[in-house]
Amino acid sequence: MAKITLENLAHSYLPNPSSEDDYALKELNHEWVDGEAYALLGSSGCGKSTLLNIISGLLQPSQGRILFNDVDVTDQPTAERNIAQVFQFPVVYDTMTVRDNLAFPLRNRGADASYVAQRVQQIGEMIGMEAELDRKARGLTADAKQKISLGRGMVREDVNALLFDEPLTVIDPHMKWELRTQLKQLHHDFGHTMIYVTHDQTEALTFADKVVVMYDGGVVQMGTPQELFETPEHTFVGYFIGSPGMNFLDAEIAGRHANIAGTQIDLGAGYGAIDGKTQVGVRPEFTRLGTGNEGLPINITRIEDVGRHKIVRADYKGQEINIIADEGQEIGADMNRVVFDPAGINVYANDWRVKGEAA
Amino acid sequence: MEKTVNQKAWFLILPVLILVAFSAVIPLMTVVNYSVQDTFGNNQFFWAGLEWFEELLHSERLHDALGRQIIFSLIILAIEVPLGIFIALNMPKKGFWASLCLVLMSLPLLIPWNVVGTIWQIFGRVDIGLLGYTLDKLGFAYNYTQDSFAAWVTVIVMDVWHWTSLVALLAYAGLQSIPDAYYQAAKIDQASRWKVFRFIELPKMQGVLMIAILLRFMDSFMIYTEPFVVTGGGPGNSTTFLSIDLVKMALGQFDLGPAAAFSIMYYLVILLISYVFYTVMTNLDKRDGV
Repeated sequence: MAKITLENLAHSYLPNPSSEDDYALKELNHEWVDGEAYALLGSSGCGKSTLLNIISGLLQPSQGRILFNDVDVTDQPTAERNIAQVFQFPVVYDTMTVRDNLAFPLRNRGADASYVAQRVQQIGEMIGMEAELDRKARGLTADAKQKISLGRGMVREDVNALLFDEPLTVIDPHMKWELRTQLKQLHHDFGHTMIYVTHDQTEALTFADKVVVMYDGGVVQMGTPQELFETPEHTFVGYFIGSPGMNFLDAEIAGRHANIAGTQIDLGAGYGAIDGKTQVGVRPEFTRLGTGNEGLPINITRIEDVGRHKIVRADYKGQEINIIADEGQEIGADMNRVVFDPAGINVYANDWRVKGEAA
Repeated sequence: MEKTVNQKAWFLILPVLILVAFSAVIPLMTVVNYSVQDTFGNNQFFWAGLEWFEELLHSERLHDALGRQIIFSLIILAIEVPLGIFIALNMPKKGFWASLCLVLMSLPLLIPWNVVGTIWQIFGRVDIGLLGYTLDKLGFAYNYTQDSFAAWVTVIVMDVWHWTSLVALLAYAGLQSIPDAYYQAAKIDQASRWKVFRFIELPKMQGVLMIAILLRFMDSFMIYTEPFVVTGGGPGNSTTFLSIDLVKMALGQFDLGPAAAFSIMYYLVILLISYVFYTVMTNLDKRDGV
């Protein structure tokens, strides 16, 4: 168990990176607190796996340092870092039995035979494979193989950190919940530092204490699920988290008001002069349909009933707005306005959030 | 699913039957025909039954050739398979050097058999060959035309030079198909180099290695041209392998009957060994699955 510090870390797969675009991972300073569970969230190709492989030592960063508990491990090989990592696709040792697969990391470290037997039994139960322990791993389903991979990741109790690289991609949905719950339980029992890479927001938000959102090789925001939901620091976080994502409308900001293509709305907070491309962002959950002269005039293009609530897709002068309406709400023909709750409005300049001056 | 019966469908396999008949069955039958007859020339044949087979089964000459053949095949398999794997493990994985290695490795495979024989025949000569001359000057009593041990060494080294690349290339292909994640997982699990080989690389190469062993066994068991060009089967009969002996019998002595019987037994032995090998290997596979 360890605190992991990243100092000026950056990585490029090119031998001589010249511009910032050449970096798969842009310069990063970060501290992973000992014993916390983190989710690393982002779309494919944003550098999540690169970061993970650098932490585990499978990849040597182009620049910067990695410290475990303030000890520099940048030049240490993977084996010496004592890290467990589970990959996206199952890796099992075909010719070994399930039991030997699970025992492999322990035996390689010279663990005591009776301890290995007891620990493997325990992990076998945890992943629900006690019955198959003496089968050869070859010929098992992808599901089962991935469970073995997970089991091998969890079998060592003294690891510095547990890293998961989209480990549940190939697992059945019902088993996903169960395994995720067990991972959380494991975290609760042993307090390992855990980093869980995923592009699935539900997975990230339910698993982690803190979610780190990455975009284009850099970390754009780190926070609790609630922070990510209420105050996305970057428009990408707004889009990526939430279903549907945040609404963004081009606007001119002046003091407490925004001018959105000719209509004034109240922002609920004052803003100074802002340069660059300015937008207001509002989550669909902070909007409601209105009538008469309130809010912005819209054309409703489509209504999707998702069971719990209705998603209203609307159009305001060429910009799309999504509104969430209660399941029971009647949507009348006179509802041609949208009203934003001032508490849920964020202001963005060049994609980054600008803080308001006092509500 | 319901199946319809249509006996006319048999006609569809006719082309294959004709092809196989002309390429395999009919030539084989002429050999079978010779093997049960005797001739004194003039195209006159007499029925001999299984006499030739009986005679050959007790022939010391054949036993010796078979013994030499088995020893030869075992030796070259024991050298070429581990050496091929070792080379494959140490070849660069990608880039210019990988391509260069592949080209260099495939060169010996492209040289015709009798040219290979000629190369080594000259290379090993004590008077003008680089190898023979050098060894002789260094004080080794090397002369493949007089010393059976030297002849064997020459023939084996020649075969290793000619065919190890095949095993290496096949093993290399097997290694290339292993996803990176396996090596990464092995590092995470702190597996030693030997364990990576034993539990990842070897199991993943199993399929191609089986093909490599089968090919090398069959080819070496039928080897003719290269040793014939180098040693002509000598000195004495020390490098007379089955094929060389067969040709001596059929064309040298013109004993068509015994030679035909010899061919058939030779064919059956190769078939039997290959079949047993293949069955054992695939059964090993199945047993693992349960």
